[in-house]
Amino acid sequence: MTELGLRLAVSFTQIAAVTCIVIVTVLLLTLAERKVLGWMQDRMGPMEVGPYGILQPFADAIKLFFKEDIVPAGANKFLFTMAPILALIPALIGFAVIPWGPNQSLEIGSFTIKPFIISDINIGILYILAFASIGAYGIILGGWSSNSKYSLLGGLRSAAQVISYELNVGLSIVGVLIMAGSLSLVQITDAQSGWFWNWYVFAFPAPQIFALVVYVISAVAETNRVPFDLPEAESELVAGFFTEYSGLRFAFFYLAEYANMVLVSCVAAAMFLGGWNAPYPGTLIGYLGLPAFAWVENTMWFAVKTYSFLFLFFWLRATLPRLRYDQLMRFGWKVMLPIALANIVVTAIAVFFYQQMK
Amino acid sequence: MAELFFGYFAGVIALTAVLVVALRNPVYSALALLVLFFHVAGLYVTLHAEFLAAVQLIVYAGAILVLYLFVVMLLNLKQDDRYHHQWRIAAFVCVPLLLEFLVLLAGNGVAPQSSPLTAEQTAAASDNTMAIGTTLFTTYLFPFEVASLILLVAMIGAIILAKRDIGEGGQT
Repeated sequence: MTELGLRLAVSFTQIAAVTCIVIVTVLLLTLAERKVLGWMQDRMGPMEVGPYGILQPFADAIKLFFKEDIVPAGANKFLFTMAPILALIPALIGFAVIPWGPNQSLEIGSFTIKPFIISDINIGILYILAFASIGAYGIILGGWSSNSKYSLLGGLRSAAQVISYELNVGLSIVGVLIMAGSLSLVQITDAQSGWFWNWYVFAFPAPQIFALVVYVISAVAETNRVPFDLPEAESELVAGFFTEYSGLRFAFFYLAEYANMVLVSCVAAAMFLGGWNAPYPGTLIGYLGLPAFAWVENTMWFAVKTYSFLFLFFWLRATLPRLRYDQLMRFGWKVMLPIALANIVVTAIAVFFYQQMK
Repeated sequence: MAELFFGYFAGVIALTAVLVVALRNPVYSALALLVLFFHVAGLYVTLHAEFLAAVQLIVYAGAILVLYLFVVMLLNLKQDDRYHHQWRIAAFVCVPLLLEFLVLLAGNGVAPQSSPLTAEQTAAASDNTMAIGTTLFTTYLFPFEVASLILLVAMIGAIILAKRDIGEGGQT
């Protein structure tokens, strides 16, 4: 029983640590987004709270915390309360299978713990996809239960959009799965060690560049970001599915959107860009004679890759106008889907002949 | 421990299955179905079929049920009583099923003894994704291809039904 208790304690510590890292990242992102957008539009961004406005996220959090919690008349109170929670939990739960650092294990007494991943399950990537698809419920139910036509339209749009683009996300990573021969994110990342041309974007025999492009575009659409933010198009739907939300409930939706961004960026880094592997074999710290601290460099590489994808999200937001609804659907089904399917066929044939020749 | 988990999952599955048909609000019914899908996936995990559990969530909870919700919201069925007048049909279907169930229970109540896992089966259980793939593409290749063909026919049928009015020149 003590062993079970100890295991639970270790797991809870890891979960708490990862959740804290994600929440801090989200806080940073809210500031970074406004700053980056500001610089791209030749202005300063938030400057009032703290030096250079770096305390702005805390001011926002306090403001949201003390706002009045309004439930609109005629709303379905139970679902109105449940919807933000249903949106946030799937966004956070996916981080359980993300490998943050090297696949090493610590021996403590009778059992081993892996410090850089909460749970190494053999269907890691399917687990993330499964919970990403659950996230749509929060948005749909939030839109329906608000008893407002703007919210309902936003929710329905989101349902159609998430289903369409989730398919492309799933299909675009099949090429990587064929090459790695595994569904576990840990094994996929391990298979990309060495020089950067071992990363699956560049890897022989079938570079997954098209898959990466399809994945990134579909991920932007799935997280409801510009230019695919039709569920919350302010020019036509006020604010879409969270029009009626205020205070902490609104903050939950906001948090869920940013946590989803972090999650899809982590998955992109781990599947296509080699995860925590440096672009060269081994680590610089390891060469300097401190192999015990090599994990610092590895986790930093993972952070750099993840943050480059997050920067791409902001960049797209500053650059592109919003698509029209029929353009969105046509693009998803007639452009993205065929590219993803063709990539699967080409990758499968290339890998088959490569294995035959060896 | 395994019995405890099975008891929990089975109990919740039975309860939510009843709720799906008993609740008056169609949106609540859909949510009960969502909880049911989650617990069926949990049952798969206790059976070491993680791949099936994930696919269960992706396909049923993530895609099909979202479409159900979509339809329910578009039709705006608020507490519709239409479905509660079909008890004659329901009885016609369910009474034979109940009789069959009782006969099966009364007949031979001996559950098939589950033999301890062999080394092969344990290996398959540790990577059931590969096991499912191998079985599907060797032993059951023909049924698999037939199923995919049937789905293709259904897809073409759906496209023809959807495109019919466009062919007649009407713009919608």
